Amino acid sequence: MEQSPTRAPKQYPKPAEGTWTEHYPDLGTAPVSYESSISPEFYELEREAIFKRAWLNVGRVEQIRRKGGFFTKELAVARTSLIVVRGMDDKIRAFHNVCRHRGNKLVWTDHPAEEISGTCRQFSCKYHGWKYDLDGRLSYILQEGEFFGIDKAEYGLVPAHCEVWQGFIFVNLAKQPTQTLTEFLGPMITAIDYPFEKLTERYYYRGDIRSNWKVFLDAFQEFYHPPILHGHQNPVMSNPEYQQQGYYTMHFQIDGPHRVGSTSGGAGGLLPPEMYNPIERVMRSGLFGPWEPSEIVTDKLPPGLNPGNKKRWGLDSFQIFPNFAIVFWETGWYLTYHYWPTAHNRLIFEANAYFGPPRNVRERLAQQLGIATIKEYALQDCGTLEATQMGLESRAVTTFPLGDQELMCRHLNKKVNDWVRDYQRSRAEA
Amino acid sequence: MSESLLPPQFSDLERFAEEWCLASEPERYAKRLSSTMGQMQAFYDAIFPRAEEAIVYLEKFPLHDLPDDALRLLQLLYSLILVSFAVEIWRQPYIPDTGTASFDLKLEPFP
Repeated sequence: MEQSPTRAPKQYPKPAEGTWTEHYPDLGTAPVSYESSISPEFYELEREAIFKRAWLNVGRVEQIRRKGGFFTKELAVARTSLIVVRGMDDKIRAFHNVCRHRGNKLVWTDHPAEEISGTCRQFSCKYHGWKYDLDGRLSYILQEGEFFGIDKAEYGLVPAHCEVWQGFIFVNLAKQPTQTLTEFLGPMITAIDYPFEKLTERYYYRGDIRSNWKVFLDAFQEFYHPPILHGHQNPVMSNPEYQQQGYYTMHFQIDGPHRVGSTSGGAGGLLPPEMYNPIERVMRSGLFGPWEPSEIVTDKLPPGLNPGNKKRWGLDSFQIFPNFAIVFWETGWYLTYHYWPTAHNRLIFEANAYFGPPRNVRERLAQQLGIATIKEYALQDCGTLEATQMGLESRAVTTFPLGDQELMCRHLNKKVNDWVRDYQRSRAEA
Repeated sequence: MSESLLPPQFSDLERFAEEWCLASEPERYAKRLSSTMGQMQAFYDAIFPRAEEAIVYLEKFPLHDLPDDALRLLQLLYSLILVSFAVEIWRQPYIPDTGTASFDLKLEPFP
């Protein structure tokens, strides 16, 4: 029987330390515990230590192009709902979605727990009609004279810190964030300067999955599993090279709590025809998206991409702490993932694919096959990660070995523990 | 005689139009899950060989100004994409090992 090779093939060189993991000595190499993914008590700590202290991406500016455009964002993990709105002054603000009068949720339709979007001039409470301007000021109280010495200036909506980077709207639920958004994102992420605004075609998926958010996220930050879990999806995946030798990530990089993995490409339809499913050959698209590069692709890659400066670069998977990812593809489109915990063993998973405007039916169909393929892969992950959650919750096994290809999983695990420990220490000192 | 749903050039595909010209991904995916492999194989065998011809036909129109019958032809191709996974890969309507997990397209551009 053939032995698995013990060293990475020479086309995937590793750092001088011998492995990617040892290049970042703080990570260690020991087996890790996933207690943090099965403990309701740990989840309670994460809510405070991470989701009420880190900058969280809640959307993009294109969702509220016009003055008065708004959307609501349910953040069960922080037990709140936010209104994100573009004011008459074009400034984007975030407010807690709560009327100052008697605490009614201010903006919702039909189902109080569902997110909505729209355009308006002011927010009016369904309960007693109090009205708020788009900048959060309370502008109207019905029967104001019935209230006792009330000053409307003191009853504006409660703001949340809100900043924008490259069109991505971030909020921070801390009273006073310890870092600005730019400081939080750090040099590796803020090096990215990408024409996001040109990719206007948005496809938005949402799933409700019975798995811890980190257990789920881990599957989307390693390329060790695809040839196996997704091995039957197309001939590239079932390629004997990957089946026997495994798949290697070309480049890993860590900056603070954030991380990136880069892999080679598979786009462009350059492989022999038998390496594609029949539908892929007709639609000229597949797992790596449309084969034809979009109009944003030029000879020069946008700044910040391919940080390892690899020759056969195909994609970057940037993982922005805690629960946001951007995946850039060589053919000029991008994906975002959001992992929103709703319990210690449940999450809302959102995936958004953004493409350039199609010039004709053929380009639209290529996008459609790309996003259909995402669903076929993601659903396999969804089913499997519910099974992983069950396995972990049995506690039959308590520590788990992570390979060098799983360095990003190890890093997230460590950063989550670090943030929780830091929060506990600051509480103890207070 | 009922009015034809598809462009005249594709009248031989009329028999699929009523059921498979669906406006949104959730409708198309639900249709896949509720169909038998026999139904999907027949649909695939009829549409797939005509796909390139249909694309060439549809490319003549501006994407955002498709006549109704052309839009339905496009929707038939969208259904072909979802059906192709069942026919070419899984040989069953649903993805193996996916349990009760859901992952739904909530927003997609038109057309």
